[in-house]
Amino acid sequence: MRLVPFLVSATLTVGLVVALDKPLGKAPALGKFFSPQIGFWQNAEPYDAIPGEELSFSSLKGNTEVFFDERLVPHVFAENEEDLYFVQGYLHARYRLFQIDLQTRAAAGRASELAGAKAINFDKEQRRLGMVFAAENALQEIEKDPLFRSIFDAYTAGVNAYIDQLTEAQLPIEYKLMQATPERWSNLRTALLLKMMAKMLSSGTENDLSNTNAKSIFLPDQLKRLYPQVPDSLLPIVPTGTAFAKPAVVPIVPVTADSLYFSHRDTIEAHSHYQPDPDNGSNNWVVAGSKTKSGAPILANDPHLELSLPSIWYEMQLTTPTSNVYGVSLPGSPMVIIGFNDSIAWGVTNSQRDVKDYFEIKFKDDTRKEYWYNGKWEPTRLRIEEIKVKDSVTVYDTVAYTIFGPVMFDGQFSNGYAKKMNLAVRWTAHDPSNEGMTFYKLNRARNYAEYEEAIRTFQSPGQNFVFASKSGDIAIWQQGRFPARWPGQGLYVMPGWDSTFAWQGYIPQLENPHSLNPERGFLQSANQRAVDSTYPYFIPGAYISARGIRIDKQLAAMNQVTPEDMMALHQDYFNTSAEDLRPVLLKNLRIDGLTDVEKNYLDQFVQWNLLASPSSIGQTVFQCFWDSLQSALYKDELTKTDPLATWPTEQTSLELLLKDSVLVFADDVRTPAIETLSDIVTLAFKRACAVLDKKAAEQKLEWSKFMSPSVYHLLKDALPAFARKGLNVGGYGNIVNAIKHSHGPSWRMVVHLTERTEAWGVYPGGQSGNPGSRFYDDYVSIWEKGAYHSLWLMRREEKNDARVKGVLQFKKS
Amino acid sequence: MKFSIALLLTFVTGLGLGTVGVLPWWSFVVAAALVGVTVQQTATKTFAAGFLGMFMAWGGLAWWIDWQNHSLLSQKIAFVLPLGGSAAALLFITGLIGGLLSGVAALCGHYARVRVQPQ
Repeated sequence: MRLVPFLVSATLTVGLVVALDKPLGKAPALGKFFSPQIGFWQNAEPYDAIPGEELSFSSLKGNTEVFFDERLVPHVFAENEEDLYFVQGYLHARYRLFQIDLQTRAAAGRASELAGAKAINFDKEQRRLGMVFAAENALQEIEKDPLFRSIFDAYTAGVNAYIDQLTEAQLPIEYKLMQATPERWSNLRTALLLKMMAKMLSSGTENDLSNTNAKSIFLPDQLKRLYPQVPDSLLPIVPTGTAFAKPAVVPIVPVTADSLYFSHRDTIEAHSHYQPDPDNGSNNWVVAGSKTKSGAPILANDPHLELSLPSIWYEMQLTTPTSNVYGVSLPGSPMVIIGFNDSIAWGVTNSQRDVKDYFEIKFKDDTRKEYWYNGKWEPTRLRIEEIKVKDSVTVYDTVAYTIFGPVMFDGQFSNGYAKKMNLAVRWTAHDPSNEGMTFYKLNRARNYAEYEEAIRTFQSPGQNFVFASKSGDIAIWQQGRFPARWPGQGLYVMPGWDSTFAWQGYIPQLENPHSLNPERGFLQSANQRAVDSTYPYFIPGAYISARGIRIDKQLAAMNQVTPEDMMALHQDYFNTSAEDLRPVLLKNLRIDGLTDVEKNYLDQFVQWNLLASPSSIGQTVFQCFWDSLQSALYKDELTKTDPLATWPTEQTSLELLLKDSVLVFADDVRTPAIETLSDIVTLAFKRACAVLDKKAAEQKLEWSKFMSPSVYHLLKDALPAFARKGLNVGGYGNIVNAIKHSHGPSWRMVVHLTERTEAWGVYPGGQSGNPGSRFYDDYVSIWEKGAYHSLWLMRREEKNDARVKGVLQFKKS
Repeated sequence: MKFSIALLLTFVTGLGLGTVGVLPWWSFVVAAALVGVTVQQTATKTFAAGFLGMFMAWGGLAWWIDWQNHSLLSQKIAFVLPLGGSAAALLFITGLIGGLLSGVAALCGHYARVRVQPQ
């Protein structure tokens, strides 16, 4: 009888099991997590493993073979389209499940389910922006078409086929760390993923709220100078000199535009806390055979987005007996988004057009059931949003929908500001549309006519579709559904009680900016304004000019172009803004008062070769100086409102300086003295030197150390161990090689349309989303070096090629 | 001999039960206790056999996985957990968790057996 030791050891055993079975705050339960049979060890894949299995599913119609090459790129050969997209869904889930689950939950304003209470405000913003509303509208449109219904259904079935057979041990490691489980897929989630892209690319390209504050600060003449529509130095997408047809739609300016709108000087206390990065953008260009060494066109593209692990892109080849396409897909949605097939190649950049306006709403009372519109009370539609919160109680939010769209800000939601404003959002992403149709058709297009037909219906987010075909055509269309605005419409918050301020129509698709086979033999787009001032529509947007200027000049000067030239242009570090600015900055900088240390920084700047290369100190000095100067010029004025009024663009400031007309803004309105431009430039330089001194003490003067280019895991700071930090690359948002801290060229592609297409590409990530796989980040170093993979548009008869390392066989069961 | 038998039984049942998906991660604890009941030896040896059996089962399996993985994941997880990036520490903790639980469970079985036998 050993009762006491028995009880002691029994208590100890049970106690240990209970303790190790319980999550420790945010950390997972240690017992399960460490169990090498179901915990994290199960995510450590054998280093050389490449899949080779036979899988059968009842929903398949025929046999599909997936050949994985040495980089884990799947080359999918299906007998029919439904099987093709089923397998694409299956592969996306197999390699990127956590990513697609997280991204679509976040898109739907359901991040709190995973992240807890800290994400409630984010979720409210997503819902109040109408993200789910937008996805539902899109899905209705998509499912009207039997072909797309079947494609979306097949894709969803493929994702779920993978999810349904997952064991606990096979769960992606993020679920184990967060103690969560994946949610089954649906067509709505595919639509949500596309709306996530729409938000990323067309929700941050307006500044209506901060513009309204700017209007309260500056006089009309100052507004024109600080926020011009067409930069002097613009090199547009549609070559200058192209004639535009008379506009088919001429919107009418409301009679009350002056009194209620332009001269209205109220400030706005509303602000979105989760705006997309203003540098979400891209480069693409195409060179005609007349300018290339081979005589065949060359197309290049590099979309600039948040860089993450896993990447937003997943490379693949999709083949059926009637179609054959290679490129990058967006996990969470079917088809190839950027790529090439046997006949054509295409790429995209963001249009940067403003397609989202705010309207001030007058509710009858706090119930928000009625609002004043055209002289009477109109009913709202109230949508109750249920936000589930991990480890906490469910939160409810009611959003009122008006004729314009959801009321994003109101008495229930002001994002922390005291003044309650009712602002409804009108956004083209809310309108029914089927963007997938464009990609479906592009994947199969054989010539210019089919490309034109493919992109015609694309609505949101507005994109610049660059194109080249083996038959020798090159083209670009800025495609989207864009409101036809009267001059000034939608720059500021508009009255929501008067229909004359509403959008009156859209620019007819055929009048969208485009160019086919221009005489100069090349086309480029880099987020600049697409057209010069002769275009007959008012098209505000968040344009970026510098990269387009550099690319245009470089391409114009080139002849006998080779794919290697295009790769070199992708990596171009030349700072064209600095080239223009340096003389004027130096002219205005007073050297006499500078310390020796400051003079040393000045020398670095003076002797700098204008390249934003990783080891450059001149670039660091310039950027600090320039940021400091822009801040010194405007901050006194812009901070008169909270939230801040809109910052003038870099291009505007640059041009104002070059014209010497920035002087009016040079005086710091907060000081009694009248500052001159020289005073401000010198002060800005001294302030910049203080920043540089700090960085010098940390050994971070070299540009790559200063900005520390990094590719973070999707969960960012929560999982620094899964990131690749401190990469040895340079660049910046205004440089062709547009790398910023964790943002930049998310996919670089060059396609040479020779008889058998030659193509190269790379993205800073890897095919597998599993941090325990060598394919998780194996492309990062290649990307860092500026190198490319050769892209293999495999033919079926090449199945025994040495590059094929594993085969997945899908069969009907 | 008994020691080796107990160790081997713990090792085999511990690994075996872990492959049955529906069972909880701690099912090896029950097996370890049963080994403690059936194989009679001193308390110290019972604990040691239980401990080593599962230490080797979990630690060994984790080591085998880690070796095949070239420590790609363990190095990352050893930063996610505050282990300074040491894959070895991660392996040791894995073994330790399995071993400790199994050891005390075996002891539990050992004393339970003493209790039911008339003395």
